[in-house]
Amino acid sequence: MFVADVKSAGETIKLGEALGKMLQPGSVICLLGDLGVGKTCLARGIARGVGVNQRVTSPTFTLINEYMGRMPLYHMDVYRLAKPEELEELGYEEYFYGDGATLVEWADLIQQYLPGQRLDIYIERAAGDEQKRIVKLVPRGASYERLVEELMRRVRSGH
Amino acid sequence: MYVILYRIVNGVTKAMSVLILGIETSCDETSAAVVAEGTEIKSNIISSQVEVHRKFGGVVPEVASRKHLELINAVIREALDQAGLSFKDIDAVAVTYGPGLVGALLVGVASAKAIAFGLDIPLIGVNHIEGHVFANFLVEANPVLPATCLVVSGGHTELVLVHGPGHYELLGATRDDAAGEAFDKVARAMGLGYPGGPLIDQLATGGNDNAVPLPRAYLEEGSLDFSFSGLKTAVINYLHRVTGQGGQVNQADLAASFRRAVVDILVDKTISAARRYATGTVMLAGGVAANKLLRNELSRRAGAEGLRVVIPPPVLCTDNAAMIACAAYHKYLRGDFAPMTLNAVPSLQLGVEQY
Repeated sequence: MFVADVKSAGETIKLGEALGKMLQPGSVICLLGDLGVGKTCLARGIARGVGVNQRVTSPTFTLINEYMGRMPLYHMDVYRLAKPEELEELGYEEYFYGDGATLVEWADLIQQYLPGQRLDIYIERAAGDEQKRIVKLVPRGASYERLVEELMRRVRSGH
Repeated sequence: MYVILYRIVNGVTKAMSVLILGIETSCDETSAAVVAEGTEIKSNIISSQVEVHRKFGGVVPEVASRKHLELINAVIREALDQAGLSFKDIDAVAVTYGPGLVGALLVGVASAKAIAFGLDIPLIGVNHIEGHVFANFLVEANPVLPATCLVVSGGHTELVLVHGPGHYELLGATRDDAAGEAFDKVARAMGLGYPGGPLIDQLATGGNDNAVPLPRAYLEEGSLDFSFSGLKTAVINYLHRVTGQGGQVNQADLAASFRRAVVDILVDKTISAARRYATGTVMLAGGVAANKLLRNELSRRAGAEGLRVVIPPPVLCTDNAAMIACAAYHKYLRGDFAPMTLNAVPSLQLGVEQY
């Protein structure tokens, strides 16, 4: 597990952007954390890194927002699913195993459908400062381990 | 404007009104409606309404876009039955082709194309937001234009300048959460349940809207965009702070203060848009238009500016096919028909047709 402390929404976006630059078709990133913690904020940064110029808004009601950068970016929010099986109705395979990268908010609700190889990102509030967040990156699978190591290297060196 | 069209049936020429079958499946609702002359609602069937559940049995899942498939034929049939019409009476079929969830939109689009092809009648593609705007034309057929229309729902927060049918300008939109979504998320954080809008509205009635200081994001000078994510986070921070200090949150005061903050932003931006573009009319649309404070405040403030205010009844504010058929009527008059290659466009922009 890798941990990043971010002091503001701006820093969250920067971290996301660095990660977005490294994503490839088929990448799956799960965003986990409480309401208002900054999942969509991180997603906005990732989209910027993927080269998306459109405005990234919350997918809570729309369930899936599709963007086009240097590859398609699918931004999902599964919070509104009454039960995990409803994911099948959304044709999730086309996103997870398609030609773009996929971000999944509230991914813990659809555990059984997630690919074994992926990156889980937990965002938590830091005690004592309402702006601060603790971002934990948990890679699942060797390729995501390499991705996170490289990301941490780039973040530390300020790129 | 009054248009009389003639159709020759069995050699007899009959004056008759234009009947349009509208179909809407962009999000959770499966809806079909028949509207005459763009003004008279003959039927407006919405799947979440209790009668449809009873009639066709089973529970309609809240999400599950492909469930539209199971309902669409029954909903269309019911729309025709309630209107006392059959397929051969319909002059054109209209459908929402975006923005929305691709799988959901496709069900409506495929159905409409099949009907248009089978009956050899025009197919009309309608933008979902354009449909919301036209809910106002069902209330007032000839509003003073241009008008400023605020579209607020769970999925949308948009300010639209309506020059006339087919001529729209997007003045502003949310940069993060939609207004209705902010209501739902704050209700969830407060432990109130779903849907959040009506629950907060109810709770707020007994609260002091000045009790909890909350930020109002007006963004850059002159911007007509919206942002509600910071307000949501401020409420969550407030809840954490009070409970962390062992205090008790006054739910009614918090609900009232939050509702006031949202309504202030929505109304302020709508009024400044109306002023800037010198529109004589202000319109409201979308599910959040059911919020009492929003309705009252918009009426009061717009009234004080000498603006005419149009607010559709709640059933026309939520997603429904009557508004789609109404928008389609004006396209019908212009001969703006979609080709049979019409496809669902999930990120369709207002005022830019993508046939």
